[in-house]
Amino acid sequence: MRVIGTAVVLAGLWLLMSGVYTTMVVGLGAVSVVLVVYVLQRMDTVDGDRVEIRLKPLASVGYFIWLLAEIAKSSWSVTRIVLSPKMPIVQHLFSVPHTQKTDLGQVIFANSITLTPGTLTVETDLGYFLVHALAYAPEDMDALADMDGRVSAIEHPKVA
Amino acid sequence: MQAVIDILSWIFIIGGSFFAIVGAVGLVRFPDFWSRLHAVSVTDSAGVILLIVGMALQAGLTLVTVKLLLILAFLFITGPTSTHAVANAALVSGLKPRSSVDRDDADAATQDDKAGPT
Repeated sequence: MRVIGTAVVLAGLWLLMSGVYTTMVVGLGAVSVVLVVYVLQRMDTVDGDRVEIRLKPLASVGYFIWLLAEIAKSSWSVTRIVLSPKMPIVQHLFSVPHTQKTDLGQVIFANSITLTPGTLTVETDLGYFLVHALAYAPEDMDALADMDGRVSAIEHPKVA
Repeated sequence: MQAVIDILSWIFIIGGSFFAIVGAVGLVRFPDFWSRLHAVSVTDSAGVILLIVGMALQAGLTLVTVKLLLILAFLFITGPTSTHAVANAALVSGLKPRSSVDRDDADAATQDDKAGPT
């Protein structure tokens, strides 16, 4: 089942990326897919490592749209700082607790912090991130706690 | 219809170029390493998103758009990750960020960072 799924995804990727549908190119693609699936199969017996994505699909899309809006807002505020003659920079390094249970959730939260201009995750540790802010204001903690809650909300509740 | 899409795509492309230039201006104007990282992230996020959406509108519903969206998806993952790697390397090798906010745990936060990322 996993083999078929991998093959279908790889074949779809090849067809989308190549855009040339002659017999030879598609044939090369088919050979590549078979080769990759064979190698993956052999590697699987060495370590049965699996990346598990346990996210709620619809909620993830909603979060992504919310994140785009956040990026727009914070891009604009950083742009104002860059272009203002006085450059009101208030740099600060502070820790932000995170509540995600899975590694993937923590990655999404840390990358979301970095993706919004003005804040970036410097260090990840057990239970908290070190975050550096360009223009720190006390409200930032609340905004990040809000983001933390939103990321935790898209995690699938049944996590081992 | 085509004219509307063209105008929209030009708005996106010009907006993206604006944010890319703002990031470059910030890179020059800002005083130190840490603030410059933030300036570049404007180019990294807003600039890239707007430029790729604008180009996708130009390309229409073709394979080119699929590729552009894949590029966007990968940049969404690799961009913050590489920024984090640079920032983390700076912190681990001892470049302390200047803090303009008074705090009393200034040492506690940076003490145990010698071990590097896990």
